[in-house]
Amino acid sequence: MIAQATARLFAEAGYSLYLVARNQSKLEAVADDLKVRGAEAVHTANLDVLDYSQHKVAINAAINTLDGLDLVLIAHGTLPEQKACEQSFDLTQKEFGINTLSTISLLTYLANYFEDKGQGTIAVISSVAGDRGRQSNYVYGSAKGTVTLYLQGLRNRLHKSNVNVITVKPGFVDTPMTSGMNKGLLWAKPEKIADTIFRAIDRRRDVVYAPWFWRYIMLIIRMIPELLFKRLNL
Amino acid sequence: MPYYSGWRFDVAYERYQSWGRYPKVEQEARILYWGDESLPTYECEDKTILPFGNGRSYGDVCLNEGGILLDCRHMDRFIKFDTETGILRCEAGVLLSEILQVTVSRGWFLPVTPGTQFVTVGGAIANDVHGKNHHKAGTFGCYVRRFELLRSDGARIICSNDENADFFSATIGGLGLTGVITWAELQLHHINNPFIDQEIIRYRNLDEFFELARESDQTYEHTVAWVDCLATGEQLGRGLFIRGNYAERIEGKLPQPSTTRLTFPVDPPFALINGLTLKVFNSVYYHKQWSKRTKSQVYYEPFFYPLDAIRAWNKLYGSKGFFQYQCAVPTEQMKNAIGEILERIGKVGIGSFLAVLKLFGDKPSPGLLSFPMPGATLALDFPNSGAKTLHLLDQLDAVIREIGGRIYPAKDARMRPEDFQAGYQHWKTMEAYIDPHISSSLWRRVTAQP
Repeated sequence: MIAQATARLFAEAGYSLYLVARNQSKLEAVADDLKVRGAEAVHTANLDVLDYSQHKVAINAAINTLDGLDLVLIAHGTLPEQKACEQSFDLTQKEFGINTLSTISLLTYLANYFEDKGQGTIAVISSVAGDRGRQSNYVYGSAKGTVTLYLQGLRNRLHKSNVNVITVKPGFVDTPMTSGMNKGLLWAKPEKIADTIFRAIDRRRDVVYAPWFWRYIMLIIRMIPELLFKRLNL
Repeated sequence: MPYYSGWRFDVAYERYQSWGRYPKVEQEARILYWGDESLPTYECEDKTILPFGNGRSYGDVCLNEGGILLDCRHMDRFIKFDTETGILRCEAGVLLSEILQVTVSRGWFLPVTPGTQFVTVGGAIANDVHGKNHHKAGTFGCYVRRFELLRSDGARIICSNDENADFFSATIGGLGLTGVITWAELQLHHINNPFIDQEIIRYRNLDEFFELARESDQTYEHTVAWVDCLATGEQLGRGLFIRGNYAERIEGKLPQPSTTRLTFPVDPPFALINGLTLKVFNSVYYHKQWSKRTKSQVYYEPFFYPLDAIRAWNKLYGSKGFFQYQCAVPTEQMKNAIGEILERIGKVGIGSFLAVLKLFGDKPSPGLLSFPMPGATLALDFPNSGAKTLHLLDQLDAVIREIGGRIYPAKDARMRPEDFQAGYQHWKTMEAYIDPHISSSLWRRVTAQP
C-alpha cells in the first residue's frame, strides 16, 4: 500500500514505472490506476522475492524495458507473528528471507548497476522497529535492523558514485499488513508515508522517519540504558 | 508495525460514524482492499455486513449496529479513462474529489455531484445522489453505465441497463443492500474549463423563489437556493438564489483556486450552532450582498462544495451530533408544503443553519428506491437537542405524509417505518434483491413492522 501510494505520486508527475510484485491481478489493477493518473508508461512483472535466482533476471528486464533506471523503491515485506517465530526457526528464517535477504539480494545487483551508471536513487523501506530490539517484536525488528545497517554501509560505498541511498523508517502505518490491530493516534495513512518518501527522493535525503515525529520517539527509545530497557515491557 | 501496545487509542469508533454523528452504535469493521477478494461472510455467519464508503451520509444508512461494516474506501483504483468519450471506469471506493483531480484538467466533470466531493462512487450510487442540476440532468444513477456487484455467495453480477437490469435498478439507490459494488463505469460531462458563471439573487419570499426557479431552470444548468429559515410572515422563505452555468470561456484574470483548507479541530463542549448563532448567521448571510444581484466567475470548488472548505464541519454541532432532514414534495402541493414546513420551523425557533431549497426535474432515475420526484426538495439540519428536535421533525413528517412526499434515507436517522414504506412504494420489490448477508441499521428500522 505504501508502494502504491508512492507510485501514484510518481504517476501524477508523469514518470514511467515498472512494477514488480507477486500477484498478477493486483499488479494489473495498480498499473491501470497509475496509467489513468498520468504515468507516461507502466510495465509490470511477476516476482516472488523468495525466488532469489530470478532477481537478476527481473532487474535486467526492468533496465531493458525502461531503457535504464533512475530510481528504485523496495517496499515489500511481511509482519511476522513474534510469538509464532519464537517457537519456530523455520518461520523466523522465512521472515528473514522476505524482509531481509531478498532485499539484500536485490540491492546487490542494483548497487552495482547504479555504481556503474554513476547516478541514481535507491530508496528502501525499513522500519522504526529496526532501531531497537524489543521482546514484543524482535524478529521483525532485527530483520529490518539488518536492512537499516546494510543500507548505511551501502550509502557510504555509493556516495562517491553519486548514488543516493535512502532508508525510510515508517512508524505505524494503516495497511493490510497491520490489519486486525487497533489503530491509534500514532498511526499514519500510507499516503502520508508516500509523501515523505517522494520528498526524501526529491531532496536526496539519507534517513527519513515517516511521519517525522518518529525520529524523536526513536531517539528517546534508543537512549534508554540497556540496564533499564531490559526490564521494560515493550 | 507493532510498537508500543500501550499507546494505542482505538479510533475505529470515530472512523466508522455517519456524518451526523447520530446515532452512535457498536459495530465491527473489516477492510476490503481489492476488488477480487470475496466478502468476509465466512467469519460472520451470524452477523450481517454492510459496505461503507467514506461515511458522508448522515444518519444510520451507513451503519450496521451489532454487525460488521465493510470498509470499501481502499478499493480506490482507477481502471480506465477514455478522454475522447468521457467514460471513466474505477473501483467503487474512489472519491468524487479524486475523480475530479484526474479529469477536470482533461476537460471532464462529474455529470451530477452532491454538495460534497468527499463521497465514494459506491456511496453515490447506493444513495443515488443528486445535485444542483437535477432539474436538467437527473440523478447520479442516470450516468452509471455499468458496474459489478459482488454478492456474499461469491457471485459477481455485471449490471447495466441491458444486463441484469433488475439488479441494476435495485442497486442504484439500493442503500448498499444488494451487494458490494466493486467497480463502476460512469459517463462524465464535457467542460471547457473548471469555472462557473455564477449569479446570486436575493429574493424576498417563497413566491419569488418559485418564480425565479421556474425561470432559471430553463436556462441554467445549476440552480439552488439558500433559505433564511428564521424569517416569518411576509418574508417566509426569503433567501439567496444561486444559479450557474459551466463557463464557455474564462474572462479576465481569475483568482487561483485556494489550496488551503481549514479543519475544525476539536469537539466543542457544547454545540456552537445554537439558537443565538443561528439567528445572527441567517440574518447576516441573507444580507451578505448589498445589491440584489451579483454576477461572477468562480472556480468549481466554492460553487459546488462550499462546505468542503472546512473539513470536519460536522463537529460544529458538538458531540451529540445533528439531524439532517431532507424531503421531496410533489409539484402540485409543493408551494403549500414548503411554506407549511418553514412556518413550523419558524414557530419553534430552532432554525436550521443550512436550509437548501431546490426544484427537482422530471428526468426519471433507473433506481428502484431513488429519492427525487418531480417537485421541490428542502434540506435542513438541526443540532441534536433530544426530544425537542425529534418532536419538530415528527411534525414535519406529518406535512410530508399528508401530501405524498418522501424523506431522503441518506440523511435520515429517525423516520418511522410507515413513512418510509408510504414514500417508497417499491420497497417490497427491493427485498428480493437484498443480499441475505447484508443489512443496515436504517433498513432494519424502516422495514420494522409498525
